[in-house]
Amino acid sequence: MSIGMKLFRVIKSGFFTTVQDMGRHGFLKYGVPISGAMDDFSLQLSNMLVGNNLGDACLELTMLGPELEALHDAQIAVAGGDISVQINEQDAQMWQTLRVKTGDVVSLGKIQAGCRSYLSVRGGVNVPIVLGSRSTYVRCEIGGIQGRQLKAGDDIEGFDVLQPLGFRLSVPRDFVPDFGAEANVRVVLGPQSKSFTEKGIETFLSNPYMVTIEADRMGYRLEGPAIERGELVDTISDAILPGAVQVPASGKPIITMCDAQTTGGYPKIAAVLSSDMHTLGQAKPNNWVRFQRTTLSEAHRELVEYHDKIRIIESKLLQQRISF
Amino acid sequence: MYPAVRYVSFGDHALTVEFGNSISPEVNRKVQAFHDVISNAKLSGVCECVPTYRSLLIMYDPTKISYEKLVSEVKSLEKMSKAGISERKARKAVVPVVYGGDFGPDITRVAQCHNLKESDVIRIHSGREYLVYMIGFIAGFPYLGELADEIATPRLESPRVRVPEGSVGIAERQTGIYPREAPGGWHIIGRTPLKLFDPSWQPPALFQSGDTVRFRPVSIDEFWRIHAAASRGSYDPFIQE
Repeated sequence: MSIGMKLFRVIKSGFFTTVQDMGRHGFLKYGVPISGAMDDFSLQLSNMLVGNNLGDACLELTMLGPELEALHDAQIAVAGGDISVQINEQDAQMWQTLRVKTGDVVSLGKIQAGCRSYLSVRGGVNVPIVLGSRSTYVRCEIGGIQGRQLKAGDDIEGFDVLQPLGFRLSVPRDFVPDFGAEANVRVVLGPQSKSFTEKGIETFLSNPYMVTIEADRMGYRLEGPAIERGELVDTISDAILPGAVQVPASGKPIITMCDAQTTGGYPKIAAVLSSDMHTLGQAKPNNWVRFQRTTLSEAHRELVEYHDKIRIIESKLLQQRISF
Repeated sequence: MYPAVRYVSFGDHALTVEFGNSISPEVNRKVQAFHDVISNAKLSGVCECVPTYRSLLIMYDPTKISYEKLVSEVKSLEKMSKAGISERKARKAVVPVVYGGDFGPDITRVAQCHNLKESDVIRIHSGREYLVYMIGFIAGFPYLGELADEIATPRLESPRVRVPEGSVGIAERQTGIYPREAPGGWHIIGRTPLKLFDPSWQPPALFQSGDTVRFRPVSIDEFWRIHAAASRGSYDPFIQE
């Protein structure tokens, strides 16, 4: 085996399948967004299931999964939004290590609950590192496979894996997230909450907002009661980060996601907690989002807990060692 | 310019330091100088900074440094540097542009809008030095100012679906350059053959905030000569001093 060996040929691309890892950091000042997995929790669990580093590159599947032909024996896992997995037309399970053999056909269906699933391969997906990451950023055609979504005929490469896992791992049921039609996310107010009236902030926090059809890796436009802005609205463009809730003059919020542009001039009423971004990353059109206010210190405690939770799952997984 | 710098928390892992509430070279130079101070200080727990018109975004890792500690460290750096914020020696670039025609379809409208001739628009646009306030919108896009009032023009009523790579546009009192084809609402008055973004470069963008830029009118022949040189990587728009 050599480095850069071919693992899969894409038979059907799925709706929007890209290579993603934990994102491209350090280039915001050059206008390069962070990108990376919309649901970093599921990406990390998917990697865990094949014994990878938690931030290795996976395939991010959106709404409808791809069909892949194995060009080599491999170990894979699928985690994230509920999706049917078949190997040679035989049902296989999500949230556990799966083995495929050369010539096998892996078919992924339509995502039922949630919006995105992550297919990991033992050793990680091998595409060139661009600016420190393998994540695909379609708008500027960087990262992933030629900077674009997968298409039929593409070959997906992996790495020379010295040792396949000798056992099967599976995520305990208690840790498998539920992807409902309503995402409850916590926010901290600011940085421009002063651009809004008290009534506007109250409207934002007390009503559910619906994800419209204009929702992708760049951001989600939401529909719901208009958020009242104050008389002095700050509109000088400054930096925006994933999770920022921007409110244009229409009063209908836009949540910035992973591939969003790095600067913008709409005032930001609040930002979603880092530890809740993965929940938001699973929201799809017609789902509802509810915002719950929290404090900065609470947000920081939640972030520590989120990291702990991932470590706990990892240690539980490693205790299993179920043989194939 | 604010009498005192404002510290505003952004989400759970960023701090915005605001120097004023206007778009002006004076405020932006403060941002640039403070960006240098923060970058040189290499504070532990600080991940990256994003300078914009009137503020500096500082991203931090809350598991490594608390917000309170970050603010106090940044404030003390601000106090220390306040007296002697020295302006960074700006890099100066000259950007060749073909004005008007197919490359600058909106120059006629801009001229009409201000009762000017196209040649006046060219003279005014290329007649001053601009500051790169920030990079944003799309990777490598420089926001440049200030544009002369005489040619300041609002955005198009409905944005174009496709603005070609290299297009030079104006919007209000700003001018900018599209590093790649993108949708856009700025009035397009010309096009440069320079390449503005390449992920294989270090850093990946030709310009960074704080640089200064002048535009130089060129002929179509010269455009293509420079285009060829720029594609080979053998055209340097920066003035060596």
